Amino acid sequence: MNILVCVKQVPDSNEIKIDPETNTLMRQGVPSIVNPFDGYALEAAARIKDKDADGTRIVVLSMGPQQAEVALRECLAIAADKAYLVTDRKFGGSDTLATSYILSKAIEKVEELEGRKFDAIFCGKQATDGDTAQVGPELAEHLGYPQVTYGLEVTAESDGLHVCREAEDGTEIIGVQTPCLVTFTKPSFDPRFPTIKRKLAARKQEIPHLTIEELTNIDQTHIGLKGSPTRVKRTFVPPRKKSGVVIKEETGEASAQKLYEMLCNAHVI
Amino acid sequence: MDVKTKDLWVFMETKEDGTAKNVGIELLNPGRRLADKQGGKLVSVVIGYHTDAAVKEAGTHGADKVLVLDGKEYQRYTTDAYTNAVEYLLKKYAPTSMLIGATPNGRDMGPRLSSRLGTGLTADCTSLDIDDASGNIEWTRPAFGGNLMAVIMCPNNRPQLGTVRPGVFKKPSLCENKAEIIHEDFHVPAEQIRTRLLKTILEDSSDFVDLEGADIIVSGGRGVGGADGFKVIQELADALGATVGASRAAVDEGWITHSHQVGQTGKTVGPKLYIACGISGAIQHVAGMNSSDVVVAINKDADAPIFNVADYGLVGDLFEIVPALTAAIKKNKA
Repeated sequence: MNILVCVKQVPDSNEIKIDPETNTLMRQGVPSIVNPFDGYALEAAARIKDKDADGTRIVVLSMGPQQAEVALRECLAIAADKAYLVTDRKFGGSDTLATSYILSKAIEKVEELEGRKFDAIFCGKQATDGDTAQVGPELAEHLGYPQVTYGLEVTAESDGLHVCREAEDGTEIIGVQTPCLVTFTKPSFDPRFPTIKRKLAARKQEIPHLTIEELTNIDQTHIGLKGSPTRVKRTFVPPRKKSGVVIKEETGEASAQKLYEMLCNAHVI
Repeated sequence: MDVKTKDLWVFMETKEDGTAKNVGIELLNPGRRLADKQGGKLVSVVIGYHTDAAVKEAGTHGADKVLVLDGKEYQRYTTDAYTNAVEYLLKKYAPTSMLIGATPNGRDMGPRLSSRLGTGLTADCTSLDIDDASGNIEWTRPAFGGNLMAVIMCPNNRPQLGTVRPGVFKKPSLCENKAEIIHEDFHVPAEQIRTRLLKTILEDSSDFVDLEGADIIVSGGRGVGGADGFKVIQELADALGATVGASRAAVDEGWITHSHQVGQTGKTVGPKLYIACGISGAIQHVAGMNSSDVVVAINKDADAPIFNVADYGLVGDLFEIVPALTAAIKKNKA
């Protein structure tokens, strides 16, 4: 089975802080990581490969600046066989629809370079910076593939993929024909770590760049800021709650009692 | 797509029994305001199976018009059936915009539609307005785990689409049902539905953690110290009739299962009362709970960022405060 995993490099949200003076987001010096949900997608692909090492090839694809190569090398170190980076200044400013369009065209190109079609496209359910959860399904539509979202685990069967997914009232297993696209959320298990051997190998791997020069199949009116239907009008840091009351009595018990009274008076409980 | 009416649509998701999910009714509230501002009708789109109850609810909550698609293939949501059905309706009537609940199904269908129609979609909005100058909808949504809010517009493409977070808007009050009801006849043949449900595994009711539907949540974090420490959290939750939540730190330590996790890689919750015990308040946690009505934070560290989002902050040892709070509640109940 040929699997393509789409990954995004994001700032580590555990490291982002708000500057208390200016009330703005402090992004400087924040380390970049592979979007955790994309890590779960890669793990799902790796588990298919565990069962069929010879018959499975995992390719990772990312769109972003040159620096995103770091994220791709991490994926190579974990489980991927090959990585491609989609990068061009002209892609900057793309919203989710333009991004998914570019990715769909890049996938066509990668399939040409690889000499084979992908049976499955795996994505994280959303990236932790934008939180939109839109690129996966939008990409599936551009490709004309069926989709399954909120995947937890997946197995390759004779009739396609069986995806165990999170549902509102439990979990469900969905059968889907290939080629298809699956987005993944956090499973109950931890993804694997890279091995030293794979890390060393990943460092030397060549990562082809796909720019607008290579992606001749792209309609340039559908990319970048100009090709994006949505516009960010403005951004702001939400005002902090000003009404917060601090309760600090002599003992914990007295604090608890005071909180209880305040919650009752406010009709919260 | 060229717009044919000034109407504003609200997609009303239905349950398998044909009744409406709350979020679709909630959206009639901002929907009314936006429809009036743009001078169009408020239209509710009901898709499901045996949908009479949902259709009625749309009318009694203020929809001017209800478009109904009723069929067996719509009983349980599938991406293909719903996308094809809504695409059909949008192309036929060409409204200015459509609000969709940001439920798992809404967020599965919304991007599929935006991509098919080549129009803009804004995810998981928490506030909606109209830009007076252009008449476009201003979609406000959180990014970076709620630390940054972005106001998004879709100036040149129609329809304007957005998913809106459940629980943000109150249901409109009941009114006289004056809705015009239009039954549409559109069916999706089975071969166009490319996924099939093989099995559902309903969570055992004793294991099922309904964080999203909870009125009160008591959550524990690293400060709880271990699996045993969650006993005091559970006791307080029991006294309040609350659901137990947890931070990622506590889940990663293995003290409690992932189904309890609140935050960016867990559940997004919006209860009436959220009590955070021994939780520092990392961005990824706050992202999942900052739309709670009232937040209580109990933490030893007076500088913990959780106090920035708390309505009531208690600096102190949770093992003293939490049991005392439980006792106070029990005493007054008795």
